Amino acid sequence: MSLLKLSEIVELSNQRNIPFWQVVLQEDMRERNVTKSESMKTMQSMFEAMKEADESYNPHLKSLSGLAGGDGEKLEKFRMKENRLVGDFLVQVMEKAVKMGESNACMRRIVAMPTAGSCGVIPAVLLTYKEQRNASMEKMIEALYVAGGIGEVIAASASISGAEGGCQAEIGSASAMAAGAVTYLENGDNEEIIHAAAFALKNMLGLTCDPVAGLVEVPCIKRNVSGAVNAVIASQMALAGVRSAIEPDEVIASMKRIGRLLPSCLRETGQDGLAITESAKKVEMRMSQ
Amino acid sequence: MNLFDIIGPVMVGPSSSHTAGAVKIGYVTRKLMGQPIASAKILLHGSFAATGKGHGTHFAIVAGLLGMKPDDVRIPKSVELAEEAGMKLEFGKIDLPERHPNSVELILEGVHGRKLTVIGESIGGSLINIASVDGLEANFSGEYPTLIVHNLDQPGHVAEVTSMLAHKSVNIATMQLYRASRGGNAVMVIECDQEIPEESINWLEHLEGVEKVTYYSPMEGDEEE
Repeated sequence: MSLLKLSEIVELSNQRNIPFWQVVLQEDMRERNVTKSESMKTMQSMFEAMKEADESYNPHLKSLSGLAGGDGEKLEKFRMKENRLVGDFLVQVMEKAVKMGESNACMRRIVAMPTAGSCGVIPAVLLTYKEQRNASMEKMIEALYVAGGIGEVIAASASISGAEGGCQAEIGSASAMAAGAVTYLENGDNEEIIHAAAFALKNMLGLTCDPVAGLVEVPCIKRNVSGAVNAVIASQMALAGVRSAIEPDEVIASMKRIGRLLPSCLRETGQDGLAITESAKKVEMRMSQ
Repeated sequence: MNLFDIIGPVMVGPSSSHTAGAVKIGYVTRKLMGQPIASAKILLHGSFAATGKGHGTHFAIVAGLLGMKPDDVRIPKSVELAEEAGMKLEFGKIDLPERHPNSVELILEGVHGRKLTVIGESIGGSLINIASVDGLEANFSGEYPTLIVHNLDQPGHVAEVTSMLAHKSVNIATMQLYRASRGGNAVMVIECDQEIPEESINWLEHLEGVEKVTYYSPMEGDEEE
């Protein structure tokens, strides 16, 4: 898309006197030459696909490597316990993030948002919100436009690829998108939306992409959890009136620079980090047999 | 990248490059073949060879060769389904030094005897590049209707093809020309904004000096010949 900055979306939103999400919608209508109802129908199908992916989680599946599967069910049982430290909202966010990450690893159908490896972050936050706050479908679709707008800006002015920018570009971007979306759902204004995104991304700067055996499993699945929970706390800070000292667009620009500075051995090449540990080597050995 | 490259695509996991992109390579190749595939030799290169097993790359390519798209839930079962359909499969590794790390060479034979060799690259996200067709450079994305004409390197063939396209009101998006040697085998790869009518493809096939015409249409449906 032609918008390279979050501040541009905010400016257009103010100029045209329309909400953040509608700027993103209008941009999509222009770019793909579609009507409003066509665009919104596609967005609704994305929401439905992620809901279906969440609901069809199967705890008995294992990934081809044997590393992933079944943890979502453990968190579901944990959610039923009394005396846990985290509240009802966050514990369900954690559960849904793991479930989606595991479904992806087990070759189930998911929605890449922005990538397959980070597919659990946004659904974990939005689906939990819909269930617990009984939000309308319209609101959820609008929130996805907010997420999409933030993601498009990051993709256009930094990166959403782990090979290019490390995990900060995948889970970090997803987290920023989810943070903006849930802030919108909680009636946050434009400034709160983009500062929530800034907090979320700042907390993930520098994160490396060093998965075991090159697979989208370890540490990716659990990192979906941290990205999702991070989105919620970032949003809460912004809604509390806390503001990022660094302008949101400057945070995105920093993410891009940091991504370039990350050595390639930590950008999805399997040459260092967690990927070369004893435990990782054992997994690789087992898989080559 | 548009909005639904960010919120989407809907796909079978785990990897947009090693799974979804691999399905697309198989799918585009199946469409290029224009007939069901009887046998497929699947040779993985680079990261496809190294980590393909854990990403289900094998299943993904076979699924595409069966005509499945990246969101088809039958992808993990594709090898079984291929066996049921009588498709003979052979897997191996290959070293393609000039190619993207996520590449595969597909050596295929169709049920009506057509032979086709394709090198496909999964270049990030779920975007792909068909790098070579029957040993000659190609480089197209599978996002547009694509015409591939293998001809002898003689004057006039490009003009014949482009005037046919003009006559049918088909606009050319990109066009590439390659040749193995002067006067030898040449290939033109033309990505178009509109579909090319079937009778025009047939007409091209009968031109003197044109050796093979391959057409890829991103439209739905199976164009079995």
